[in-house]
Amino acid sequence: MNEKTLDHIVELKGVTKTYHRGRERIEVLKQLDLEIETGEFAALMGPSGSGKTTLLNLIGGLDHPSAGEIHVSGQRIERLGSRALAKWRSNHIGFIFQFYNLMPVLTAQRNVELPLLLKKMSSKERRDRAMTALEIVGLTDRAKHLPRELSGGQEQRVAIARAIVSDPDLLLADEPTGDLDRDTAGDILELLQTLNTRHGKTILMVTHDPAAADRAGRIVHMDKGRLLEEAA
Amino acid sequence: MGTLHLIRKNLGRKKLRTTFTLLSIAIAFVLFTLLSGINQAFNAGLELAGADRLITMHRMSFIQPIPISYHRRIEAMDGVEAVGHFTWFGAYFQNPRQQFSLQPTELSGLTDLYPEYQIPEDQWQRLMNNQTGLLVGQGLLDAYGWELGQQVPLNSTIFPKSDGSYAWPFQIEAVFTQESTANEIQAFMHWDYFNEARAFGQDQVGWIVTRIADPDQSAEIAARIDERFANSPTETKTSSEQGWTASFAAQFGNIGLIVQSILACVFFTLLLIAGNTMAQAIRERTGELAVMKTIGFPDSRIVAMVLGESVLLAVVGGLAGIGLGVLFVQGAAASLTQFLPGLAVTGSAVATGLVLAVLLGLLTGLVPAWQAGRLRVVEAMGRR
Ligand SMILES: Nc1ncnc2c1ncn2[C@@H]1O[C@H](COP(=O)(O)OP(=O)(O)O)[C@@H](O)[C@H]1O
Ligand SMILES: [Mg+2]
Repeated sequence: MNEKTLDHIVELKGVTKTYHRGRERIEVLKQLDLEIETGEFAALMGPSGSGKTTLLNLIGGLDHPSAGEIHVSGQRIERLGSRALAKWRSNHIGFIFQFYNLMPVLTAQRNVELPLLLKKMSSKERRDRAMTALEIVGLTDRAKHLPRELSGGQEQRVAIARAIVSDPDLLLADEPTGDLDRDTAGDILELLQTLNTRHGKTILMVTHDPAAADRAGRIVHMDKGRLLEEAA
Repeated sequence: MGTLHLIRKNLGRKKLRTTFTLLSIAIAFVLFTLLSGINQAFNAGLELAGADRLITMHRMSFIQPIPISYHRRIEAMDGVEAVGHFTWFGAYFQNPRQQFSLQPTELSGLTDLYPEYQIPEDQWQRLMNNQTGLLVGQGLLDAYGWELGQQVPLNSTIFPKSDGSYAWPFQIEAVFTQESTANEIQAFMHWDYFNEARAFGQDQVGWIVTRIADPDQSAEIAARIDERFANSPTETKTSSEQGWTASFAAQFGNIGLIVQSILACVFFTLLLIAGNTMAQAIRERTGELAVMKTIGFPDSRIVAMVLGESVLLAVVGGLAGIGLGVLFVQGAAASLTQFLPGLAVTGSAVATGLVLAVLLGLLTGLVPAWQAGRLRVVEAMGRR
């Protein structure tokens, strides 16, 4: 592991992603270069269909690029097989979605425990860790509630607790406030900021909302599969 | 929390649907258990029959008697080791609808014919000394809750005594045991008591059993016996005990085949019902499965989880059905001991049922599990 990969938790070189729809070729990402430093809170903005989700999926090891190199957390991931990628994701990445995606049949606490099923540990340790994560997001009093008994903001907090419970290096959030009202969105963004500053999580967040992007330390703009100039 | 917790919770999310599926699985397995019980009853008789024993009866039918003199004549033939004669008494105890097998025979020769019968020596002596003494199989004794030494008033549906009464008093003097309980569901009485007291049919017997020295000779000796009585007023038909039981069971064989076909249809339908339930359950959960994969659950684990769910469903339904079926068979066996001794669910039938349940679970989970395993996160999420 060289020094470069240590301070750059994400490094993309000439990443291209092409979809084929019948005979048609759609180039969604075009020769992308991107570096994100360890400890950064970066926002990714751009019009709908510009390729933000696709980029996030590539960084999170959910999809393979058509060309280019992807280094994340000191690992070159673009050629890993699906099994290796799954294991790698469980160790390094926490995902946060727009629609929370909690398991409706599990309580908040058990939802948070879900990623820990992939680790060798006692059920007590899992429970303790889940409670710690719920404490960080401020929801210990809702541990036994089912998702449908929670508000949207609370559901997203549980989802964030689930994303951080395995202590990943990088949080990838795809429009995490897209489905929330302004006040609740503010709370969630504050929580993400806290995770960044106090818990040292590197965060890459896709958002439409300029106010949300302002919370981040860095804004990356994207249009038609290309990265534009970055504003501070 | 383990994956099992998640599987259980998932099964519980559509309670009505799960309940209906469980019910249909259970019903199919009740049917399976009943059938194996009946199958066992017929096969038990076949296995018990000896290859070294011949049965001689009236050429026309089983219910027409033959003269007792045939006994001595067969005894005098070459290759014959022991001979005994038997008659259907039509006995019942209190309830006329529950007949059991009680046969008048010359008791002193019984163990020559059936060396596998075990009778304690002291009981044997008392039986020999008591004209109205009864030799009862342990299984029959247990079925009626009788005790050794007890007086039992039995009735015959066929034979009145010379005073016109159908009631025959007995005293249980001896109990015999045998390798199989199925063959213990019968009793024997003294021939002399029967022959002297009955109102009609003196010196006529139902059938004659012959034990031969060499089982390989059974066809030849059977032919010789029938030849011996050819062109007499009472011609005979002799076959091996095994052949006799087999031809008796063959009358039910076709029924067994029909029931088995029905069972096959039921299981095929079940496969479709349970398979559809599982497919639907997994389709509804596409998004959740994608999230699990995102988190890092490998495809193999997702496949195992879906299979685990369908196997759990099938095994729970199967166990309930087998349990109910065993209860049914035990209930039926208690009231049918006289007609279908050996009606029972064997351990191997239960094991077969369990294997069938696991197989059913695997089969119904196969396609949904394969689809869930193949599911690509990016596409599944895009569909939301
Ligand atoms: N699986 C796919 N097959 C074909 N085209 C796709 C697929 N996924 C995304 N796209 C296309 O890629 C482009 C970028 O999509 P996406 O990354 O979701 O954009 P954004 O998140 O910025 O709205 C869109 O034009 C979309 O239609
Ligand atoms: Mg998007």
